[in-house]
Parts: sequence; structure tokens; C-alpha cells
Amino acid sequence: MSLLREIVENLRSFVATVGAVALFLMRTLAQVPRALTRPGLIIDQIHNAGALSLVIIMTCGLFVGGVLGLQGYDLLQRFGSEDALGTAAALALIKELGPVVTALLFAGRAGTALASEIGLMRATDQLSAMEMMAVDPVRRVVVPRFIGGLIAMPLLTVIFIAIGIFGVQVVGVQLLGVDAASFWSQMRAAVEVSDVMEGLIKGVVFGFVCSLIAVYEGYTATPTAEGVGRATTRTVVISAVLVLIFNYMLTAVML
Amino acid sequence: MRSNRAVELSTGLFVLLGFAALFFLVTQITNREYLTNGGSYTVQAQFENIGTLKPGAAVSMAGVTIGRVESIRYDQSIYKAVVDMRISSQFNRIPVDSDASIMTAGLLGGQYIGITPGGSEEYLADGSRIEFVQDALVLENLINQLVASFSQRSDSKGDN
Repeated sequence: MSLLREIVENLRSFVATVGAVALFLMRTLAQVPRALTRPGLIIDQIHNAGALSLVIIMTCGLFVGGVLGLQGYDLLQRFGSEDALGTAAALALIKELGPVVTALLFAGRAGTALASEIGLMRATDQLSAMEMMAVDPVRRVVVPRFIGGLIAMPLLTVIFIAIGIFGVQVVGVQLLGVDAASFWSQMRAAVEVSDVMEGLIKGVVFGFVCSLIAVYEGYTATPTAEGVGRATTRTVVISAVLVLIFNYMLTAVML
Repeated sequence: MRSNRAVELSTGLFVLLGFAALFFLVTQITNREYLTNGGSYTVQAQFENIGTLKPGAAVSMAGVTIGRVESIRYDQSIYKAVVDMRISSQFNRIPVDSDASIMTAGLLGGQYIGITPGGSEEYLADGSRIEFVQDALVLENLINQLVASFSQRSDSKGDN
């Protein structure tokens, strides 16, 4: 009996959280037009979420591409079709690995920074101080960070994919000796612009999800050191799970 | 706090890098390049069986891609598959008696159309049709023929 009550209780709090996130999203979106009148704040956040994540994204892209080159070559040469390495690796990077790995890194690097920053503002009463000065903290703090993440994430995704393809090329063509001409020509023959758009759409959706979770968790964090820490952890975990679930649904829709 | 100029500079660099990567993906990794330079013209061919040929498959001569399959539809009045091919106009000297056959690229590759030039002095133009075609090889038919020829041989051996 108590087990059933516990399940119902958990379910209730889950539904309530979904509702709270949706209401928070409405509040954020309502402030977007007014936040756009101060582009300086948004540029600062594109810098925080995007430019500062650039090094980690590029390093990871290079190594993910490299390992795709190794594994792809090992698998394809069993069938004598190592020329298809470019096609296989490029499609894998553009459609799945690029957006997903970028989103996971983004949640770890930029999402946690956002959540802990806003959470600390909450814990040190900076958000209350803004309210006292009749400055809406959602407009001044939350919306620029949300938009910044939304813009940065797709850009990071395409950078990751481009560097990843370069990594595949380094390992496949230069180390393992796949013919460069057939590597590129087969890739070109197989990859369509719509595939790139698919990766880009995923990047936008994941950017939306990760940024929303990060600002929500930060904004609603318990105003203690422990609460901020918990908000940061929850940001990474929830973002990662949601990104993987959304990835499945997006793939099922767009395939 | 870092100066505003440095923030703007690195943000601008990041955004430009993102668009450069997107430009690279769209122009270098995808297969648009031959359609953008110069125009193209469309020719048609009718096949009894197209196998697994798909729109977007390559049309090649001597192994060089000269165009793409634009569309494939089934014509009920002649019971054949009608394939429209868009060929880059720089390849404007394909004899009208050329032969279009559906071939397979490698073991795992998809199917494409290979054009073997004929001997005519007249060339294919926009809207013209390739008369000589060779259908896709259907593996089941091939095996059937093989089995039939084997069983025929063993029959004739039995007679002797």
C-alpha cells in the first residue's frame, strides 16, 4: 500500500516538474522579444557557451573522427570495401555522433556552468536584489543565457562534424592508406544536403533542450551550496537522458 | 572581467568558424558540385526492371559521373519503369544510339546507370530518349538460369 502511494507520489511530482518547466519556458519565451533589444548580453552568453567550449569540442571531434576511421576501416576492409569509409563515417558523424556527442559535451561544459552560475546568483540573493530593483531576472539573466546556448549549440555541432570528418581523413587516408580520391568522391555521392540539415536540426533541438534544462535547474536551485551542487548534477544527468531520448525520436521522424 | 573587445572578437571568431564549417559541409561533402556549374539537360530511358535504382543515383560514362537520376516512375500503359536522368550540359555529345544499363557499384554499393556510347553522329538532347537499355540484374533470375542450365546439362548426360 505504501509502495503504491510512493509511486503515485513520484508520478505526481514528475508531472508537476514537467508543468513547472513548461511554465518556466513560457515565461522565458515571453521575455525573448524584450531581451533581443540588448544584444550585448546575448553576445556575452554566446561567448560563454560557444567560444569557451570550442577547444573541447574540436579536440573531441578530432578523436571521435579518428576512432571512427580506425573502426570503420577495420570493419570495411573485411568486405574489401574500405573505399566506403568516407561515406560511412561522414553519415555517422553528420546524422548521429556529431549532434549527440556535441550535446553531451555541451551539457557537461556549458550547461553546468549556466546552472551553477544562476544557482549561485540565487544562493547569494542576486536574483532577489534584481527583483527589488524592478529588473526582471528572467529577462536579464535567464533569457540571454537561453538564447546564447540555442545559437551556440548548432554552430558547435557543425564544427564538431567538420573536424570529425577531418579526423576520419587523417586516420583513414593518411595513416591507413585508403585511396583519397574514392574516399572523397564516394562521400560526396552519398551525402545529401538534407543529411546536413538533419544534423543541424538535431543541433538546434538539443541546444534548446540543454539550455532550457540548465537555466531551469539553476533558477529553481535550492539557495544553498548543496542545492547548487545538486542543480549542477541534475543538469548533466537530465540533459544527457533527454538528448538521447529526443535523438531517437528525431531519427525515427526524419529517417 | 575581460575587456568587452576581447569577448566580441572571440565570439565573432566562433560564429565565423561555425559558418565556415557549415559551408564546408554543404559544398565539399555533399554532391551538388556538378549541377551548379553550367546547366543540365534531361534524357529518358525505359526499363523492364530497375532493381534497386533510386533517384539521386549516379549516371556515368566510362566510370565518370556525368549526371544523376532525377526521377523514377512506373508507366502503366507500357508496363515499364520510366527513368529521367539529368545530365550536365558539358557532356553534350552522347550518341543517340548509346546504351544505358543499370549496374551495381561493388559488393555493397548502390545501383547506378552506366552509359556506353554508340556510333551515331547525332547526339542526345533535352527530352530525348535512350532506346537501347539493359535492365538490372536480378539475382533470383540469374540463379534460376544457372540452375536451369545445370539441370539441362545433367539431363543430356543422362540421355547418353
